Amino acid sequence: MCQCADASADLRLARGALARTRIEKNMANIKLSEEKVNIIKDICKSFGNQSGEVINVLHQVQGKFGYLPAEVQEVIAHELNMPVAKVYGIVSFYSFFTMEPKGEHPIDICLGTACYVRGAEKVLDAFARELNVQVGKCTPDGKFSLNTLRCVGACGLAPVAMIGEKVYGRLTPDMVPGIIAEYK
Amino acid sequence: MINLTIDNKPVQVPEGTTILKAARMAGIDIPTLCYFELDGMNFENKPGGCRVCMVEVKGRRNLAPACATDVMEGMEVLTASPRALNARKTVLELMLSDHPNDCLQCEKSGDCELQSLAARMGIRKIPYTGEQSHYENDSTLSVYREMDKCIYCRRCETMCNKFQSAGALSGVNRGFPSVVAPAFQQKLGDSSCINCGQCVQVCPVGALTLVDNIQNVLNALNDPSKTVVVQTAPAVRVALGEEFGMEPGQIVTGKMAAGLRRLGFDKVFDTDWSADLTIMEEGTELLGRLKKALAGEEVKLPMFTSCCPAWVAFYEKNFPDLLEYPSTAKSPQGMFGAAAKNFLAPKMGVKREDMVVVSIMPCLAKKSELAREELGVNGNRDVDFSLTTRELAHMLKQCNIDLNQLPEEDFDNPLGQSTGAAVIFGATGGVMEAALRTAYEVHTGKTLPRVDFEETRGFQGIKEATIDFDGFPLKIAVAYSLANARKLMNEVREGNPNGYHFIEVMACPGGCIGGAGQPYHHGKSDIIRRRMEAIYREDAGKPIRKSHENPDIIAIYKEYYGEPCGHLSHEQLHTHYFDRSDKLEVTK
Repeated sequence: MCQCADASADLRLARGALARTRIEKNMANIKLSEEKVNIIKDICKSFGNQSGEVINVLHQVQGKFGYLPAEVQEVIAHELNMPVAKVYGIVSFYSFFTMEPKGEHPIDICLGTACYVRGAEKVLDAFARELNVQVGKCTPDGKFSLNTLRCVGACGLAPVAMIGEKVYGRLTPDMVPGIIAEYK
Repeated sequence: MINLTIDNKPVQVPEGTTILKAARMAGIDIPTLCYFELDGMNFENKPGGCRVCMVEVKGRRNLAPACATDVMEGMEVLTASPRALNARKTVLELMLSDHPNDCLQCEKSGDCELQSLAARMGIRKIPYTGEQSHYENDSTLSVYREMDKCIYCRRCETMCNKFQSAGALSGVNRGFPSVVAPAFQQKLGDSSCINCGQCVQVCPVGALTLVDNIQNVLNALNDPSKTVVVQTAPAVRVALGEEFGMEPGQIVTGKMAAGLRRLGFDKVFDTDWSADLTIMEEGTELLGRLKKALAGEEVKLPMFTSCCPAWVAFYEKNFPDLLEYPSTAKSPQGMFGAAAKNFLAPKMGVKREDMVVVSIMPCLAKKSELAREELGVNGNRDVDFSLTTRELAHMLKQCNIDLNQLPEEDFDNPLGQSTGAAVIFGATGGVMEAALRTAYEVHTGKTLPRVDFEETRGFQGIKEATIDFDGFPLKIAVAYSLANARKLMNEVREGNPNGYHFIEVMACPGGCIGGAGQPYHHGKSDIIRRRMEAIYREDAGKPIRKSHENPDIIAIYKEYYGEPCGHLSHEQLHTHYFDRSDKLEVTK
């Protein structure tokens, strides 16, 4: 028997489902707390670890964490036994899913038709300028995130913004600093 | 049977046939772009996305995609009505409006399906202007990605996921920014890509191409301080002729050797020689493991072959718990490099650093394999450059050498002589068959009643057989496509219920003959079949057909290595594997 097999035995590396070693590593280490991993695993399990349920799983996990960072997608892919590229493909396809964390006070500007024609874009610009944050992103202190949506059913109040659960209507750009001040 | 008319021609086809296939049966060639099929090899890409195959069906309001519409009784199909033609041209014009159109410099020029289609449809100007997709180019050591050229046919994605189950590529984003990319749009080299290159083999355009090493090799050939030796893989000799207008399945071994000599290689050797060497090492290793198993010792079985570098990368990334199962034998490319630089160079009085070893391979993964740190000495690689069959053809053409005009010449010695067992390494089942020929005779001490093992041949994705080893039932399996290999690996992980002793895996369709470095087959699986026939023809025509009877192999063991799996061969001809799976760190 060739001794090489014995040599490779030295290279045997401990393997646990979630504690794998990797020799040549280009990717950033995936780091996640055990608690979070368990939450994800439980959600996957509640859908029978079926890859066909990935959208439902993503929906629930985003419900728990507010967003779907890369490492969360890695765990989901592992649990559902599907390529992480496919999971990312789905996350990047549906605008509902986000890889950006939501702020403590998520700001959503309505860009529905009624709001849009009544100047929602200027309001959006004012929020972005005032918070110095891009649309879809979160401020570095984690307090505010800025997003857009289509219609909250309050067209009579156009243009409309929501901060958390609270609705602000008949907005003008000059009202924006005052509104933000309420949350500081 | 369903009766219909296509372009007023009555056609009768079985139920469930698509309009596209029905038309092809009737001799009407509806153009396609995203549609791709490898007949009989369990591969079909049918997203119905490109809309190039749109046809008019009488009574239907909208045009129908021929690739994704089944025939119906009484259907009247017009494949080239003014409406269908207009739609087809518009689709092409729109596609070209978001395409770089740099055909003169494009690696794919001449082999590009979009280019041929634009020519066929007589597209002379593109009436649409607007934003164009722009992505950063990306490259591994094997695959070059230029996604500005992607037409989103998603053939690569299907190959990567369905055929190989590598899971590196997926369609991401939606609308205009849609692109095929690895997870999180990271670099391909950071993904689960195994560099099999099959995405390149099926890409209709120049979005996915190979990493071209021609200039590096030309530089080495023109450097008087270097001794440049070349090795050629078994599958190259049955495909290279296609690039020079020959029919698929022509064997051009002698002309290829002559061509390489004209290019200026100092020595023209054969990877087939080291394939015979591989069989000696791998066969001995298998027998060693079997003997231990029979003696009741704990030993890892089944043993897997380790010749295919995409397969090696695949199990290192996906099955890190099974790293002790594959044979530790280097691939024939690796063994040749080790023999050339450790045995031949001193014999020729050439310093290791002054010898350049070039390999001609049907493969893209070999370009990545040769860069593995353990396959060299102090940073000097055993194999310096690997060229594909296509690159060799380009190089010959660049240097005004027409393969058709060349005489048949022999390989140089001592690393040039080979047996029939070596040449069949190029086809699925071939490594298994070659190993069986030698292992049987070494184990039993008897001569094989027949050399051919029909059980291991053919295009079935997974082949299983029990071989009578003089009373011992040796259970074997042969797989191509890594999705098939994954099935076998999962079985092994679950305790090997079928009791396999030896499993051969090759990543590509039909084995190396369908490799990503071979001339583009454009989905014509008949080309791969004819290459396979040629491989077995070459084997049958060889005077010696068993690796252990190769006189040069016998001689090198006597002169240099001692015995198979001995100390020196262990050092030079065997390797080890690494866990390259993704790491998930769990913090408290």
